[in-house]
Amino acid sequence: MTEAIQSHRFPNGLVLVAEPMPWLDSAAFTLLVPAGCVHEPADCGGLTSFTCEMALRGAGPRDSRRFIEDLDNLGVEWSDSVSTARTGFSGATVAGNLPTALEIFADVVQRPHLPEDQLEAARLVMFQELRAVEDEPAQKVMIEAQRHYYPDPWGRPSQGNEEAIEAIGIEPIRRHFGLHYRPNGAILGVAGRLDWPELKDTVERLLGGWDSRQAPGVVDGVAGKKVEHLEQETKQTHIAVAYDTVPYRDPDYFQAWGAVGVLGSGMSSRLFTEVRERRGLCYHVDASYHSLLDRAGVFCYAGTSAERAQETLDVMLAVLSDLGRGIEAAELDRLKARIKSGLIMQQESSTARSSMIASDWYHLGRVRTLDEVSRIVDGLTPESINAYLARRPPRDYTIVTLGPRPLEVNIGVR
Amino acid sequence: MEFVRHTLPSGLEIVAELNGDARSVALGFFVEAGSRDETEEVSGVSHFLEHMAFKGTPTRSALDVNREFDEMGARYNASTGEETTLYYAAVLPECQDRAVRLLADILRPSLREDDFNTEKQVILEEIRVYEDQPPFGADEKCKAAYFGAHPLGRSVLGTAQSITALSAEAMRRYFRARYSPSNIVLAATGRIDFDALIATAEESCGVWERFDAPRSIRPAEPNQKFLTVHRPEATQEYTVQMSDGPAGDEKQRYAAKLLARILGDDSGSRLYWALSDPGLAEHAVLRHYEYAGAGLFVTYMSCEPERTADNLQVVLDIYRNAQTAGVSKEELSQAKSKVSSRIVLSSERPMGRLSYVGNEWVQRRRYRSVREALDTVASISVDDIQSVLTGYPLSRSTTVTIGPLAEVPQPA
Repeated sequence: MTEAIQSHRFPNGLVLVAEPMPWLDSAAFTLLVPAGCVHEPADCGGLTSFTCEMALRGAGPRDSRRFIEDLDNLGVEWSDSVSTARTGFSGATVAGNLPTALEIFADVVQRPHLPEDQLEAARLVMFQELRAVEDEPAQKVMIEAQRHYYPDPWGRPSQGNEEAIEAIGIEPIRRHFGLHYRPNGAILGVAGRLDWPELKDTVERLLGGWDSRQAPGVVDGVAGKKVEHLEQETKQTHIAVAYDTVPYRDPDYFQAWGAVGVLGSGMSSRLFTEVRERRGLCYHVDASYHSLLDRAGVFCYAGTSAERAQETLDVMLAVLSDLGRGIEAAELDRLKARIKSGLIMQQESSTARSSMIASDWYHLGRVRTLDEVSRIVDGLTPESINAYLARRPPRDYTIVTLGPRPLEVNIGVR
Repeated sequence: MEFVRHTLPSGLEIVAELNGDARSVALGFFVEAGSRDETEEVSGVSHFLEHMAFKGTPTRSALDVNREFDEMGARYNASTGEETTLYYAAVLPECQDRAVRLLADILRPSLREDDFNTEKQVILEEIRVYEDQPPFGADEKCKAAYFGAHPLGRSVLGTAQSITALSAEAMRRYFRARYSPSNIVLAATGRIDFDALIATAEESCGVWERFDAPRSIRPAEPNQKFLTVHRPEATQEYTVQMSDGPAGDEKQRYAAKLLARILGDDSGSRLYWALSDPGLAEHAVLRHYEYAGAGLFVTYMSCEPERTADNLQVVLDIYRNAQTAGVSKEELSQAKSKVSSRIVLSSERPMGRLSYVGNEWVQRRRYRSVREALDTVASISVDDIQSVLTGYPLSRSTTVTIGPLAEVPQPA
């Protein structure tokens, strides 16, 4: 049922990876360039987002208005994203419009105008985004959890900080673009209705002439405090708990994934059952897996009223410590059913597949087909996951809370 | 894609869009029950009841319900609005039968007292979630100010007071007044086995007792107000603005959707170029919503507090200018491309079609294929847009701002 994955590495280092889905009318792309927050100079927090914002204000033959108008007229649904290690541009459209959509974004990554006369407008946009986070405590606590959990610069927030945004001029932006928007390390994932030889030719024409260049490496710093409270007069106390796990490319990844799934994905997961269903302590509670290239974390979140926050954190920590004692067969069966249906439903979405194959290539240097994932998941057993949990039980937590009062960290108390 | 339908003797209607190329099925029970059916005393009961459906039935505990959905690998949830409560699941075709049975079962919940009390805490937490999150309840405040005593002015979530005071018995009474099979549509999309769907529905829902569940659709008498809510701890100022728009039964609603794109889409619209692109607002959008007998245009804006007054003036000027000068052919054609593309892309997934097909049937007892939807969009003219602008002036609105400002001057 799965079509063969195609890939090609151009001489400049750009990798094109594609998955034909001939049963769809759409095609989607995800273009990842190796420009991330980790590449920002220490005093330039937010530079990557600022650069991305500027790159979208006109490129190649289009000024910023033409850029938006052309994408609208083509019916391209697009978005951009900035993360720790990458800047991503993605879009979906009816298949016939894909080459033009790619042409527009090929200009963005190679020939943006970075117009100085729009620098102040872009700066205001950056400020707005930074301030919006201040009004979103649930988002803020997760941003802070990443910052505390990962050693700097790996937990940097894409929004940056006020002082840096205030000071950034056009030169640092041009420099950042010049150094990090490069084909070596860039990945273009395309999925949907496509013709592989034609697509390869199109990409060769659009991105084949993009010059590769060397970029400086990243030096690891230190992680933040293990326990942190951010005082803010909110209705709820927002709780984030993070702990170590294996990265996506690790042979143990699927074992770790299984353990996180039992912990916090779905409404029959342990966190949802214990914190919300049995005790009614909160509305939102979950756990999610987050991976960088060579390190990863599990991030749990719950939001609850201040007077019940201590109990919520206690229950969360008790559930985590229980997880170290193992999972049950029925829990794994449910997870397998979820991943199986998820894999099949991915075949109905060119957007989901284009982002998945680009991400796979980034982490693995290849793409796992849906069949391969399916086989690996079939091979998981409660014993294999429990053996993993015995080696790497949840522990050594990073705990960030945001709310009117700090909480006590009572490990293992229910 | 083929459309088929069937009505059970109990009055439950089953509608389906069959797509043999799909890899999954999406199923949804659309119950005509929402905040507009509530009274002050039971404000929030529709939404609370939606939560209670997942807390167990005579044959299932709450844990059983979640466990069984997860055993099927279902993507499932529920939502409550002013007019409809939707319970849905997307599953693989082989789980169609089991998913229908489970969804049908939770539509006859036990409403047990102890579950009710536990879930009440969850609802109260959900209310707090929205109090901590923009626009900090300004949307519900604006709706209440705009609609006044009209049922559409009610809060979907209810308030901490109304939820605290609500009894399980009052919820049971509400259930017995709204959840008649004649008031429910079962919609299905994707690779559906329709004969099996009818048989399963008959078996699981056939015994549901039928009764009258009327809804009063009196016309709204919208207000024009300008309110400022002071919230010193907020960083940005948030604005919600409502004005009259074409209702769900008016043909002009299509033109209204395109107009909202032209003036206030997230990108490429007049509000975008005037406020978002230059960084004067974080966000400034216009949306159109439709209900039975009423329609709404809603403007949402967030910005730095000190820019609020100027920005509100810009919004008003944009609306006035559109009312007098109309929109251009180019703008309309750009909006059509966006809307058409959205229709095509979302139609690739059964889950994407479910709300189109279900809501179309619930609201208008009509089926519209993807082709018809695209044709309708293509047929809208600049004149159609103009007649919406004339008939529904955006400049006559109710506005609520919330944030650090104690006072915001009203634009002139």
